[in-house]
Amino acid sequence: MTGGEPAARRGGVAEAAVATGPGGGHRGGTGNIVAPLPFPVAARRELGDAQLRANLRRATHTIRDKRLRVVGEVPDWPQLRAAGAAIKNDVLARLPELLEQFEAAATAAGATVHWARDAAEACALVTDLVRGTGSTEVVKVKSMATQEIGLNEALAEAGIAAVETDLAELIVQLADDTPSHILVPAIHYNRRQIREIFARRMPGVDLGTLTDEPAALAEAARRHLRAKFLSAKVAVSGANFAIAETGTLVVVESEGNGRMCLTLPETLISVVGVEKLLPTFRDLEVFLQLLPRSSTGERMNPYTSMWTGVTPGDGPTTLHIVLVDNGRTTTLADPVGRQALRCIRCSACLNVCPVYERVGGRAYGSVYPGPIGAILSPQLTGPEAGANRSLPYASTLCGACFDACPVRIDIPQVLVHLRQRGVDARRGRPSAERAAMRTMSWVMRDRRRYAAALRAARRGSAPLRWLTGGRGVRRLPWPLSAWTASRDAPLPAAQTFRDWWAAREGTRAAGGRRDAG
Amino acid sequence: MRVALFVTCVNDLMFPATGRAVVRVLERLGHTVEFPAAQGCCGQMHANSGYRAEALPLVRGFVETFAGYDAVVAPSGSCVAMVRESYPRLAAGDPDLAAAVDEVAPRVYELSELLVDVLGVTDVGASFPHRVTYHPTCHGLRMLRLGDRPLRLLRAVRGLDLVDLPGAEECCGFGGTFAVKNADVSAAMLADKCAAIRETGAGYVAAADNSCLAHIGGGLSRGARSGAGAPVRAVHYAEILAGLAPVDPEAER
Ligand code: SF4
Repeated sequence: MTGGEPAARRGGVAEAAVATGPGGGHRGGTGNIVAPLPFPVAARRELGDAQLRANLRRATHTIRDKRLRVVGEVPDWPQLRAAGAAIKNDVLARLPELLEQFEAAATAAGATVHWARDAAEACALVTDLVRGTGSTEVVKVKSMATQEIGLNEALAEAGIAAVETDLAELIVQLADDTPSHILVPAIHYNRRQIREIFARRMPGVDLGTLTDEPAALAEAARRHLRAKFLSAKVAVSGANFAIAETGTLVVVESEGNGRMCLTLPETLISVVGVEKLLPTFRDLEVFLQLLPRSSTGERMNPYTSMWTGVTPGDGPTTLHIVLVDNGRTTTLADPVGRQALRCIRCSACLNVCPVYERVGGRAYGSVYPGPIGAILSPQLTGPEAGANRSLPYASTLCGACFDACPVRIDIPQVLVHLRQRGVDARRGRPSAERAAMRTMSWVMRDRRRYAAALRAARRGSAPLRWLTGGRGVRRLPWPLSAWTASRDAPLPAAQTFRDWWAAREGTRAAGGRRDAG
Repeated sequence: MRVALFVTCVNDLMFPATGRAVVRVLERLGHTVEFPAAQGCCGQMHANSGYRAEALPLVRGFVETFAGYDAVVAPSGSCVAMVRESYPRLAAGDPDLAAAVDEVAPRVYELSELLVDVLGVTDVGASFPHRVTYHPTCHGLRMLRLGDRPLRLLRAVRGLDLVDLPGAEECCGFGGTFAVKNADVSAAMLADKCAAIRETGAGYVAAADNSCLAHIGGGLSRGARSGAGAPVRAVHYAEILAGLAPVDPEAER
């Protein structure tokens, strides 16, 4: 074991975090998980792009429908989801123990295991490892962990070129853009736009044969990448799963580029979040059913690569595994919020999210967009990082994400919980919103106060009712102007329900007609 | 059966006709409805915005007010979801309150649940000879799992032509304070929902939540004013069942 901190720290990671409680002085995660702009501001910018909205709408609806179809075929889907959640809960409850078991098994199989507390440590470790090989270029398997820690940028600073080999990642990399989706990083582009990126940015591309047909685009990427695969000495990957029992790493993919990276180069460096563990090899049975159907809407993914340490004469001769914390133990300390660590990055929640569908991934300012990003990024970094505090409000709490999630993460519950944490952390400071909430609570708690407030609201609106003929208001003062900017506002009725009821009871007591209308 | 009406704070002030509609439907079916006057707000906006401390007194008030009834009915999917789904979580940590919540919450029903499941009625004897589309609001759909209960009630209404809403299960973009805090995204979602509603050719869009309906109705009427399409009237389905839905000549095409 090298780098990071010794086993003494590890043994205590989860326990220490649990003992300290949420935000209890632990270091938060760093890297590409900090929103630079408040969500409403970034969202407004993205909403202005009509092409983006059309692309997103088409893409998310296509994947949504596919997912529904293949999930509908599985008779025991609810049980599979429950099993997935239970296995991951077990992992989170026994994380220190399972991590040590994984380290021992992987080491015994010939891998070298490293530990990184945050993004900077992980990047420094990987950079040193690549430098040690003398290589100035690495090929990369699509990986969220390396996106999270900003590895490509760190390698570039050290003069090492990282070549993304996943088709969508390659498109984003060539465009000098940031990914906007966990699974389909270039979801915000259509074919025509991708052709333009290739034509302008892909070295040596044959413009004569490059059309915007998917086959032509794939062929161009294949030619471009084939040369890289054959020359690369070092590959960097993530892992979808890490098996504690055996020390095995697993990558699930569709294109086969990952398989090339995992088998051709001499050195393989795998960057893995500590929560990717599964206790036993058998547990894959559940997750290899849940993941492909939830992510791509496929029954089975085309390529599942598994490797355990190194095997002479077969694949890389050197394997480094970098286990990354980057805010995960802090997240683990929150009994409600920790369920976010069950996430297997399938992106089903993004695809069904009506907010994500309108604004896309870049509005979230983190490599984790959509519903999972809204609960994961602020937990990994702590709510004070950048504008991450605005992310838990980026939801109507419609619940579509919870329904879709293969490991049953109750995202709306965590969103509300994080809002509550934010409110509680700011109790000491003056806030107009809290004052309003407090007053409303005080008024509504008491029948007389409440009735009086209703009467006042009704009377106060009487002139407006008269002016508009009861048809609704077109413009209200701030902050309700945010409402009337795009919709008319209703007015309090001429008679509240309770007044109507009281009047009716009065009439009935006096022997009047029994009529509810 | 002792049925208490929880009218909800929004309906009390803004949409009293919906409360009157629930009373009329149940009385017409021969039940007695009580209206405990001590009732207020369920605390949903407080709790969902993160103000648990401010929500808790309202939770207490609710369980005190509605203890002892055989059933509590509310014409709001999201307020009922608040009571049944969120109250237990809010009350955790206060054993007395948790026990009171356990006692009351399971007997709180959204109107269609009370009618279809508890009273076993789908035909309430209403008539509404108009074309209507139904938007299943998120909390009714995904938290209460109302399923087709409201639709079965509407299908039994004489003369009512119920048309499918494309993308019905997609959120309308209301989301409580979301409509103000993320006003631009909310408006974008609303625009798509309004377009889907207009596409049906219905004169009325019905739902089980007046807050979502105020948002949708406000968008539809703004759209109609700016020439974005024919006016469609938003109406709570309880008002259709009670024969209290306002017939809007502009929505008649
Ligand atoms: S939160 Fe659930 S649905 Fe979303 S990416 Fe993670 S596993 Fe998939």
